[in-house]
Amino acid sequence: MTTLTAPPLDLAPRLASADIEDFVVPTGREEEWRFVPMADVAAFMHPDADAGTLMAEPGPHVAIVDAAAADRTAWLPTDRPSAIARAGVASVIQVRVGADESVPEPIVVRLTGPTARTYGHVDVRVGAHARATVVLVHDAGVDASGSIVVEVGAGADLTMLSVIDGPPENVHLWQWHADVGRDARFTGAVITIGGRVVRIMPSVSYSAPGGTAELLGAFLADGPQFLEHRIFVEHDQPHCSSRVVYKGALSGHGAHTVWIGDVLVRREAVGIDTYELNRNLLLDDGPRADSVPNLELETGDVVSAGHASATGRFDDEQLFYLQSRGIPEQLARQLVVRGFFVDVLARIGSEHWRHEILERISSRLGMSDDHADLLRDVEGTDP
Amino acid sequence: MSTLAITDLHASVTTDGGPREILRGVSLTVEAGSTHAVMGPNGSGKSTLAYVIAGHPKYEVTAGSVTLDGADVLSMSVDERARAGLFLAMQYPVEVPGVSVSNFLRTSATSIRGEAPKLRTWIKEVKEAMGDLQMDPAFAERNVNEGFSGGEKKRHEILQMSLLKPRIAILDETDSGLDVDALRIVSEGVNTFREQTGAGVLLITHYTRILRYIAPDVVHVFVDGRIVESGGPELADVLESEGYERFVTAPA
Repeated sequence: MTTLTAPPLDLAPRLASADIEDFVVPTGREEEWRFVPMADVAAFMHPDADAGTLMAEPGPHVAIVDAAAADRTAWLPTDRPSAIARAGVASVIQVRVGADESVPEPIVVRLTGPTARTYGHVDVRVGAHARATVVLVHDAGVDASGSIVVEVGAGADLTMLSVIDGPPENVHLWQWHADVGRDARFTGAVITIGGRVVRIMPSVSYSAPGGTAELLGAFLADGPQFLEHRIFVEHDQPHCSSRVVYKGALSGHGAHTVWIGDVLVRREAVGIDTYELNRNLLLDDGPRADSVPNLELETGDVVSAGHASATGRFDDEQLFYLQSRGIPEQLARQLVVRGFFVDVLARIGSEHWRHEILERISSRLGMSDDHADLLRDVEGTDP
Repeated sequence: MSTLAITDLHASVTTDGGPREILRGVSLTVEAGSTHAVMGPNGSGKSTLAYVIAGHPKYEVTAGSVTLDGADVLSMSVDERARAGLFLAMQYPVEVPGVSVSNFLRTSATSIRGEAPKLRTWIKEVKEAMGDLQMDPAFAERNVNEGFSGGEKKRHEILQMSLLKPRIAILDETDSGLDVDALRIVSEGVNTFREQTGAGVLLITHYTRILRYIAPDVVHVFVDGRIVESGGPELADVLESEGYERFVTAPA
């Protein structure tokens, strides 16, 4: 006879604290650190008095506020680097959109760093029934660790884009939490292109019923890049939904990506709907992709809950087909990779940023100017 | 006047048990304005002939030559062959997720023509070509071959042929999987293309029924990796009534 025992709840509760000493220095053997090249992130495991604070240009919706005086959102860090950064920042980048306000153009926050190693804290609050797109550009060319904390008011609709780009030697460690209000919609997209070691931890919780969260990701890893996206969606309110779609393209020896999709559905979260998907495209034999979806249900009373994960090789038949129509090999490869990302990028509201991201992806893939011109012409067409 | 000349072509595919020869000395010349039908039983290697001419990396040419107007086709990359004026309408066109038909057509037309077609004339050109093949305009917004029915895939292949205007077109089993109406529409597309461009056509087929719509000038019987008999259109009638048996059992 077989006895079935419930597995321990290991997705939650997670330790959340502002006190650095509540988090021991990880060794790399812990579940949440097991993939990370620890030597590369060691500098962020102890407070560094010389680390500067990430800044941004103030604007109509963006303010730089002294950390001691800032009214920070209640969310607390769940790992040591994030707690250190939170304690270490001299100022907070605040993004505010008032209730009922509709901001037509994306609010662009370009992070700038005064020193090679930086801490950052971005606090975004969007009032009830407001509508906005916020773009965070992480391409300052500095190592950074910090938190992005988001509150989406009741009935509001916020799209946030975090574009991790810049030199291939930087470290980016970010915790990104969004709290979604009643009947609100949050779309959070992480576009990871640059950096040497990148670890982004997007998480979502709901403060009231009826919220919708869409977490999107597109990442491109090459050569020795390590890119980890560790997602946590906690359904603790009824009638909410979550969609997670992350896609990665990998090439080159030593490229390593990790995607962890943890979804926890609490007992009280009845009538929810959740789905998560990760797809990885290996462009050659060099890279390694780890993909781990975890779905934990404390209630069976859900509308639907599912996940999928697949990692596949670049399809040479697609290349042959496109080339047999006269399209040069390099351009054909670009088309296939861009096509791979299209469904993720299509969900990003801003057309300008969709094109900007495609251009950054293509330029990372080494597209020639001629081909770039050709695609610009083609994609502006709609016969 | 374009000429595709295939001379004593041998090609192999790599298998677990080592290389296996599939083409065993194919010689065939297709001139502009003429239509050649290559007919043969399943497994005779006739589709391999099409893929080898197009340059599929799976096959290795071990002997012989293929030239287009004297230029060595075998030394060209797949895309160079297309730009030189060769086109292969595939039996199993490949899905390319995330790439719309519209973007795909314009990218290939730009690559083949060497410059981007003027937008206004291009839109008109595509619309007309789609109309001729009775394709819904919404088709252009779909992803290349993704979720296409068998008939849609074949129409899409012929659409590309009529827009890219090759000098020599190879149609690999274009009739397979088509119902009578679709076969008629696709055949009309091929006939219009022949009349308008004067291109040479190499029609590879297992069945004679497409030859009722597309009249060949020459019919070749293809068995065991080579052409065993050539003749006029009447040879197709012989195959229709007698099948391939005589050729298959004939001593080599």
